[in-house]
Amino acid sequence: MVQNYTLFIPALPFLAFAIIVLLTRKSNRLSALVAITGVVAALVLSYGVFVEALSEGAELSLNPFYGAPIVWAPYGGMSFNFGWYVDPIGAAMLFMVPTVCLMIFIYSTAYMRHSHVDEHGHHHNEDDPRYARFFAYISLFTAMMLLLVISSNLLEFFIAWEIMGFCSYALIGFWSFRGRKEHHIDDAQVGRARAASIKAFLTTRVGDVLLMTGMILLLLTVGTLDFTKMYDPQAMNNMLSATTQPLPGVEWPVLIALLIFCGTIGKSAQFPLHIWLPDAMEGPTPVSALIHAATMVSAGIFLVIRTYPLLTFAQETGGAAMQVVAIVGAFTALFAATMGLAQNDIKRVLAYSTISQLGYMLAALGIGAFVAGSFHLITHAFFKALLFLGAGAVIHAVGTNDMFKMGGLWRKMPITFVTFFIGAFALMGFFPLSGFWSKDEILLEALRGGYFPHEGGQDIFLQVIYLMLAVGAFITALYTGRQIFLTFFGKPRDPEAYEQAHEAPAAMWAPLAVLATFTVFLGFWNSPFAPAFFHFVGETGFMGMGPFEHVEFDQIALSNAFLSVGIALSGFIAAWAIYGFRSVKAGQNDPLAHLGIIWKMLSSKYWLDELYGYKINLDGTAKPGLLIRLVGLVMRFLWWFERAIVDGLVNLAGWFTRLLARLWGWVDSHIVDGLVNATGSVTGEIAGWWRTMQTGNVQNYALVAVAGAMALAILFLLRSFT
Amino acid sequence: MITQIPLVYYLALAAALFCVGSFGALARRNAIAVLMGIELMLNAVNINLVAFWRYGAADPVVNQAGIVFALFVITLAAAEAAVGLALIIAIYRSRDTVNIEEIDLLKW
Amino acid sequence: MDATTVIAQAVFIIVATLTLIAAFLTVLVRNVFHAALALVGTFFGVAAIYLMLEAEFLAIVQVLVYIGAIAVLILFAVMLTRGLMQRDTISFNRQWAWAALVISTLFLGLFILILQVPWLQTPGTAIYTDLTPWLGTQLLTTYLLPFEIVSALLLAALVGAFIIARE
Repeated sequence: MVQNYTLFIPALPFLAFAIIVLLTRKSNRLSALVAITGVVAALVLSYGVFVEALSEGAELSLNPFYGAPIVWAPYGGMSFNFGWYVDPIGAAMLFMVPTVCLMIFIYSTAYMRHSHVDEHGHHHNEDDPRYARFFAYISLFTAMMLLLVISSNLLEFFIAWEIMGFCSYALIGFWSFRGRKEHHIDDAQVGRARAASIKAFLTTRVGDVLLMTGMILLLLTVGTLDFTKMYDPQAMNNMLSATTQPLPGVEWPVLIALLIFCGTIGKSAQFPLHIWLPDAMEGPTPVSALIHAATMVSAGIFLVIRTYPLLTFAQETGGAAMQVVAIVGAFTALFAATMGLAQNDIKRVLAYSTISQLGYMLAALGIGAFVAGSFHLITHAFFKALLFLGAGAVIHAVGTNDMFKMGGLWRKMPITFVTFFIGAFALMGFFPLSGFWSKDEILLEALRGGYFPHEGGQDIFLQVIYLMLAVGAFITALYTGRQIFLTFFGKPRDPEAYEQAHEAPAAMWAPLAVLATFTVFLGFWNSPFAPAFFHFVGETGFMGMGPFEHVEFDQIALSNAFLSVGIALSGFIAAWAIYGFRSVKAGQNDPLAHLGIIWKMLSSKYWLDELYGYKINLDGTAKPGLLIRLVGLVMRFLWWFERAIVDGLVNLAGWFTRLLARLWGWVDSHIVDGLVNATGSVTGEIAGWWRTMQTGNVQNYALVAVAGAMALAILFLLRSFT
Repeated sequence: MITQIPLVYYLALAAALFCVGSFGALARRNAIAVLMGIELMLNAVNINLVAFWRYGAADPVVNQAGIVFALFVITLAAAEAAVGLALIIAIYRSRDTVNIEEIDLLKW
Repeated sequence: MDATTVIAQAVFIIVATLTLIAAFLTVLVRNVFHAALALVGTFFGVAAIYLMLEAEFLAIVQVLVYIGAIAVLILFAVMLTRGLMQRDTISFNRQWAWAALVISTLFLGLFILILQVPWLQTPGTAIYTDLTPWLGTQLLTTYLLPFEIVSALLLAALVGAFIIARE
């Protein structure tokens, strides 16, 4: 019954956004209140739908909540509608998203106040000058994320996707505007924030364009973008029978599936479009938590989930679509983890961690472990948000992001420390936290071969995936341990920073506690003893696909569980050995710097930004990568070509015409006029000669007359005589 | 006596007289001499007229007006000489010359 | 031929020759006054020819009008224009050679023509008995119109000459 009001779920935060923008802009308190009210309302409604969905149980897969009442864009005989589609995974998302968002909203009310030292040396806290705008943006964002989760067709999904992209841009660049009174931002930060927001937007744009292409092709071949009709077997077969192959050796389904996957690569920051996420840390920490850990980046994963039937269809009809997804995911998981190891900024470590974990989810989906991947999506949102908010609390207290200026903070910020620790352990995958259950499941599936049956002979492939994921897990534990030891343990490296550190205010540690609770207990939703999540999400299949196999808890599963915990433990112990045993002193380099060139490579992020991205320097300047400069060179060449050759041709035509005109003019003035003049002068000459006949002498005339008459007479006579 | 002289003689005489007068009109410098040449020509014409009149007197076809014509010619010659000489005198008065070659105002 | 024919023709030839000589003198003599006098002689000769042609009235009119009026008029004009004063000027103009050529050709042509045409051989008897009365009657009957016109013309010439020549 509540499901009929599902469309109100995104509408309420959107209304909050409108109210803040139009009415309560001037009042910070009121704006925050309106925003939180919007989210709370959405949360209540979402929980209602979720509960209703749970009561439906596994049946929901076969009959998802669906309604498409708002006819938005009719075309031909069909139309694009706005509506809702809630199946089990959608319901799970509806549980996760508002919860995390609400926590972050509450946290933001305190975070967006900055301590400020005035002329007299007094500390006091001030709201950020653009406080209300912040809440407006995150309200809009929340509304769009919710719309994406419940959307009933790909177009609605895409609209929400794009608006979230805009919010991301606006929020990353939140501190690229500096008013007179903003004391906590310097010029370098302004430059960095602006460059980072543009970089984020452009990089995701690359993915979005490909996604749009895929969507258009999908619409053309299948005929509809509605989730209930799109995966109709007949419609899918249409794609195969559609005329010719678009590219040699590549069928339509594979092409479309991969194009759509490119959207995910962009939005979820997978290799090679991952370059924007670390720089996006220039935004305020709640933004990082909300957008770049919990929700927006998981939208990319959700896209893969929603187009999963397409992906499997492509794989079945001969393409390698799912394998591509798995490889990209697994590679990114490992790749990002290595880079996370070499970061000094507390938030950037978490950024790379996010990229890496998203890779895990994609790898899971790629090998067919649909339920595992989905579950990891849900659990990761909670503990990653927790970690980011914890890091934010630390930053807020200490005033710096640099871990090498922190140390020994566990005494000063106990609650933050405990919650952060819980989140870190969940990330590393320790039993019995939620991260363990989801991550372990993924590794297990990689060992086993996945739920979804696909071609045999893939063993090597799966082994490679497993290897990558396992090594990634080790490194994850390593960098997370490093982070904990550098931040919270050891001797404080910067006394001044340590001095002003204090526990976070209630508005900030309370959400931390809530998230930590979820982190601890959520995992049991899908424990092998009681896989409720699996039953809910995967038992009866998904969007028309066949039911997923349930994995038995057998020997392999148990040994895998021990193995994964062992990997995590060894990683953590290694971190303790390097960073915790002898704590790093102030001014000292990272101990791992002894790795030399490898360390250099990691901390320079493999120089990828210099290659094809956009390197943002600490002082706020930005430099385009080689590839971009190359493209710029090509552009400049084309511009020169246009001007020199095309314009040259035009000028040549003009010059030629002028030449012709001059020639013609010469002809006209010399020849034509010459003729005319010649006529005149000849006439004059003749006349000049002719008139000499007029001697004026009468006798001359008379003589001529006589002679003439005589001549005539002689003529006549001769004629008459002959 | 008249019947013994062939007509041709008279015509020949008239022709010769006409040519002489014509020469005088065309080749003489003095305007009055030119006029005299013209008078000669007129006389030659008269001789012609009268000769033809006389030799055709019996013939009903040949015109009997020859002598009347000649009479009129004489009259006209007189009038023409009067006017011509008056002109010459007028020209002489204004230009102080009777040389026709010098009267060439219509020259190119 | 008989004697009267010869005598007649001889007389004609003499008169004709004298007339022609006078005519030549008229056009060749440098002194205009002498030329005018020679002209008078020509007129006399022509009058004689008229007599031979049995046109006595015309002969007398010739002498009266031509010699009595026209020649006198010419002499007066000569004297008024002092043409005779110049002695060293050539009497002919620049085109005299061409004129001579043309005229000789003309005469040649005329002469040949005259000899070719089959003229009336003899004059018949005149239709009148006396010339003068007949002429007078003709003038006032058949040729009245030309007569009147000529008199008008004489008047015009008179007035015209008067106007042109007055100071």
